[in-house]
Amino acid sequence: MKRIISILLENESGALSRVVGLFAQRGYNIDTLTVAPTDDDTLSRLTLTTQGDDQMTEQMVKQLHKLIDTIKVVHLTEDLHIECELMLVKIKVADNDARAEISRSVEIFRGHIVDMTASTYTVQLAGDSDKLDAFIDAVREVGIMEVVRSGVSGISRGDKFLRV
Amino acid sequence: MANMLSGGEIVIRALKDAGVKNVWGYPGGAALHIYDALHRQDDVYHLLVRHEQAAVHAADGFSRSTGEVGTALVTSGPGATNAITGIATAYMDSIPLVVISGQVPMAKIGQDAFQETDMVGVSRPIVKHSFLVTRTEDIAETIAKAYYIAATGRPGPVVVDIPKDITDPSYKVPYKWPENIKMRSYQPTNKGHRGQVKRAVKTLLEAKRPVIYAGGGIILDNASEYLTQLAQQLNCPVTNTLMGLGGYPATDRQSLGMLGMHGTYEANTAMHHADVIFAVGARFDDRVTNDLDKFCPHATIIHVDVDPTSISKNINAHIPVVGTCTAVLKEMLSIAEQLELKPDAEAIKDWWQQIDQWREDQGIYTATRYEPSSGAVIKPQDVIKALYKVTDGEAFVTSDVGQHQMFAAQYYLFDKPRRWINSGGLGTMGFGLPAAMGVQLAHPDAAVACVTGEGSIQMCIQELSTCNQHNLPIKIINLNNSALGMVRQWQDMNYSSRYSQSLYEDSLPDFVALAEAYGHVGIKVTRFEDLEEKMRECFELKDRLVFMDICVDQSEHVYPMQMPGGSMRDLWLSKTERT
Ligand SMILES: Cc1ncc(C[n+]2csc(CCOP(=O)(O)OP(=O)(O)O)c2C)c(N)n1
Ligand SMILES: [Mg+2]
Repeated sequence: MKRIISILLENESGALSRVVGLFAQRGYNIDTLTVAPTDDDTLSRLTLTTQGDDQMTEQMVKQLHKLIDTIKVVHLTEDLHIECELMLVKIKVADNDARAEISRSVEIFRGHIVDMTASTYTVQLAGDSDKLDAFIDAVREVGIMEVVRSGVSGISRGDKFLRV
Repeated sequence: MANMLSGGEIVIRALKDAGVKNVWGYPGGAALHIYDALHRQDDVYHLLVRHEQAAVHAADGFSRSTGEVGTALVTSGPGATNAITGIATAYMDSIPLVVISGQVPMAKIGQDAFQETDMVGVSRPIVKHSFLVTRTEDIAETIAKAYYIAATGRPGPVVVDIPKDITDPSYKVPYKWPENIKMRSYQPTNKGHRGQVKRAVKTLLEAKRPVIYAGGGIILDNASEYLTQLAQQLNCPVTNTLMGLGGYPATDRQSLGMLGMHGTYEANTAMHHADVIFAVGARFDDRVTNDLDKFCPHATIIHVDVDPTSISKNINAHIPVVGTCTAVLKEMLSIAEQLELKPDAEAIKDWWQQIDQWREDQGIYTATRYEPSSGAVIKPQDVIKALYKVTDGEAFVTSDVGQHQMFAAQYYLFDKPRRWINSGGLGTMGFGLPAAMGVQLAHPDAAVACVTGEGSIQMCIQELSTCNQHNLPIKIINLNNSALGMVRQWQDMNYSSRYSQSLYEDSLPDFVALAEAYGHVGIKVTRFEDLEEKMRECFELKDRLVFMDICVDQSEHVYPMQMPGGSMRDLWLSKTERT
């Protein structure tokens, strides 16, 4: 089962490697990982997704808490939450038919064409991971050259928040 | 200006301000500025070892026997990597250490410079935390944090990696020691949740067949007194883990001795039949539980530990309590006093009757598990019995890893905490002698015995030279069975006695001559009738290191031994008997 874990940690060298190390040394894979400073630039907000059962997730959440550099940890998939991922896709558009089909798909998926050349379109799309997957399926036939996904960012719904 | 210090001087000054009296270490290029600063002062005493692994084990032994944070200082590259086994050993047993390593200059990091190793990277999975210090101005605060982190919460080793250029004598900055360390990201829990503690007390009071399963956390947190008080108030049997020996007095009637793979029959059987298990400062290690699916089928499990990741990791806890052993036990005592509830005296009496029967039938000291020693056949168990007798049970005993370690754990009855010092979690051969150096330094007048085997002792034998330089009169009790005995035992039991690489083909050194070559006393014992007398001779030489090389029976096995895949009570009791 897919799990989204979100962490507030010190924005320091080595902090990220400790988080990643916890997973690697147990043979668990991190499927996605996003990390950036928050409004307070001494803090980083990190969201990662992984696969696991309840017991494994609970243990990993505790292990993450135990790291000296982590301030807060939440298991987002345990509760109502919002997740969002950004994707950039470069697509080969050989002729007008292809251009028209991509434009149509971009509109349906509420994306943007952010760059173009005589033979390519670059599309930007944000949303939950299923939506991004669906877009890729829709345009695959036309010819995908490159896909860049940011990985999931997540936040809990309602009044709860993660802050020092 | 009064307080302008170089980075090297700051390191030493910060150690002093952290309360450090002695440091074990070994110099080298990247640490030389620090070593020069060390040379120009008298507050911090440095002991030169012969291998960096030993520096860390010695700091570790010092810490285990005193409760203080141990300190080691090594250079970059090979110095740092040699320290790794020591750090991993301390990490597995939650021992508070600060290991300071020199590093190549900042500008050279990442360039494959001479003696460059990414120490923070290499040590990452085996430290509680680590720091790479990048500015001279940060050294004091980083060292202060390192000691704070090492000692609080669940203790553990902390690495401080210091590039050479920031310790340069020509660059001086104002020195300031931070009196208070506050970290927003690190606030260890102390007190347990009161509601949970209350539930724990009630459950324990209502139990008909309770067992207290007490681990190394009791020792680390100096909680023996409270454990003893609670156990005695409840008239509850207590079993200690390998790491927890001495946490409850072993000679007390309520002690069942050690549990687990080589635990006593009565401890393992009582655990299996218990209706309530109160685990405190223990972590349900696989060397304790045997098969998890068959573990203690009737028990409600109360688990107290300072580290939430230890709770419900291997065995689900019905009543989890996160807190230090001392804080939680004290609270339990006060709650027990307020509650009207009393233990069910009738049920507890029956429980004791049952346990006493088990103990009488199969106890470590009551059953005969091995043929008696005689003449040229000395049984290793009898060596430990003699050691116990000659030292009146008062010695500090360090051990290496193997059969000798298990015999020591079984037959030396520890009544006090911090007397039994062994590598339980990592099982590091080579730990015993350097650890004993740390213990002897901390307790210069005490009898310190290192129980070892001819295999283990050779993994850090070079430290005999360190003992000579620093006058450490350790008593080495070498249970020489001319074999990697524990390996040999497994080969007997699982590989039809095919002794693959567990024998030395007459290549062992003359240990007596070796000890003498290092300036010490060597005593060889080959006959049982000489054992006790020679042991007395050994301990009477108070100011000398004595190496007792005792030839013991190679064919002996450690029993009881849990059967693989079984429950706790499924045991081999001897080579031929089983439960
Ligand atoms: C550094 C290290 N290498 C290998 C082992 C595996 N091992 C465990 S016990 C043992 C044999 C120890 O022999 P010895 O020190 O003579 O003790 P004995 O079992 O004979 O009493 C070995 C090789 C270990 N624990 N540590
Ligand atoms: Mg041996």
